[in-house]
Amino acid sequence: MNSIKEYFVSFYKGLKSLLIGMKVTLRIFFRKKTTECYPENRETLVIAERFRGTLTMPHDAEGNHKCIACGLCEMACPNGTIHVESVTEVNEETGKKKKVLTRYMYDHGSCMFCQMCVRACPHDAICFDNSFEHAVFTRGKLVKQLNKK
Amino acid sequence: MFDFAVVTQWVDTLLRSFLPDQAALLVEFLLVGLCLLTAYALIALALIYGERKICAWFQCRLGPNRVGPYGLIQPVADMIKMLIKELIDMNHSDKFLFRVAPFIVIISSVLAFGCIPFAKGLEILDFNVGIFFLLAVSSIGIVGILLAGWSSNNKFSLIGAMRSGAQMISYELSIGLTILTMVVLSGSMQLSTIVESQANGWFIFTGHIPAFIAFVIYMIAGTAETNRGPFDLPEADSELTAGYHTEYSGIQFGFFYLAEYLNMFVVAAVATTLFWGGWMPLHIPGFDNFNMIMDYIPSLFWFIGKVAVMIFIIMWFKWTFPRLRIDQLLRLEWKYLLPINLINLMLMVLIVVFGLHF
Repeated sequence: MNSIKEYFVSFYKGLKSLLIGMKVTLRIFFRKKTTECYPENRETLVIAERFRGTLTMPHDAEGNHKCIACGLCEMACPNGTIHVESVTEVNEETGKKKKVLTRYMYDHGSCMFCQMCVRACPHDAICFDNSFEHAVFTRGKLVKQLNKK
Repeated sequence: MFDFAVVTQWVDTLLRSFLPDQAALLVEFLLVGLCLLTAYALIALALIYGERKICAWFQCRLGPNRVGPYGLIQPVADMIKMLIKELIDMNHSDKFLFRVAPFIVIISSVLAFGCIPFAKGLEILDFNVGIFFLLAVSSIGIVGILLAGWSSNNKFSLIGAMRSGAQMISYELSIGLTILTMVVLSGSMQLSTIVESQANGWFIFTGHIPAFIAFVIYMIAGTAETNRGPFDLPEADSELTAGYHTEYSGIQFGFFYLAEYLNMFVVAAVATTLFWGGWMPLHIPGFDNFNMIMDYIPSLFWFIGKVAVMIFIIMWFKWTFPRLRIDQLLRLEWKYLLPINLINLMLMVLIVVFGLHF
């Protein structure tokens, strides 16, 4: 007797859960689609702020950057992506020696976007922006100088 | 309402006016075959496109939208890709059976396709045991599937084919019994007569409770019969790669693919014909003006619209339910669907005998 009862109960339970499932999927069928049509929506595209796109060195209005050419980023980089070139200048008034950045070379092609350089920088001189369209025709174009002067 | 018999008879008299009878008949055969195969290919393309779009919408995606406007050319591009692919022969496979199998599958599907009454006067095979013939030819497909699995010399193909055999033979029973239920109600096996007798109300309304139960069971069994999800365990990508057609490539695979989609169309068309009035417009007895307006919509549109709804339901099943295990599949058939079906048949007989239908 018990098994007969179970037969009918399981039948109705199964039918009910199937109908609930179909209701759920039908609701999702009419939901707004999440796919982004990328090249068409370039103007309105929103990329998350923390997305690691390209390494940049922010410059202020006068064109000054915060880099002190300490080379910590170069040492932190696991891939040897960054090369910091600097000269030592002597301040004439005080006579103190100071390193000054000449060229900050960043090879985008070998960067793996681990953000170690940004973490290592003591002055927050470099950061990742969220531009992601990196395609170029030759590898040489991927090597960029980040400081402007 | 426009009767397509006008067109076919015009072609017939035109051919007979300048050809001897035998030659005219031959030309007509060729024309009908050509139309049938063209419709077959076009419907398959439309179904593949529809399936991909509907699948995408169920998953909050957009689906194909790059090739042509709204991705409409996508299935055509896929078809061209499939046609130019190499046909690969397996080592130690039974070459003859391997090559014959896709043809058996597609022939059974085309034969079943030919039985469907598409519109008023647009029936190709129409004789007094039409639905019985349809059932019989659509079952030939299983032979092709078993041969494909057997001749591939691949254990996954064989397992897939065996599962498919067990599944199809089980669910054939349900399909047969639901069709029998509706034949009891209509009193005829001829498809055109079945459609004609629904002029004053579709069977799903006139046959009320047993017709509705039969419809639900038919849709479940039909989904299983076409090897579609949630009953797609002959293919079961995650376990068997692709089941019986694993070793096929190019157009041979294309035949299986085509037949799968067209079998879905045939199942939907039979559901339409048996339960939802085929090409018959919606008529409500008593509302004469309403019936007149409904008559202005061409019968072909009625048929295609209803079939589209049926196909949507089958796709809805596929993208909702998880795949069944083989024992669950057979339990569903033998423990639930079959007893319900038999009781339902009994109920239908009682209703017809006592005249309780509308």
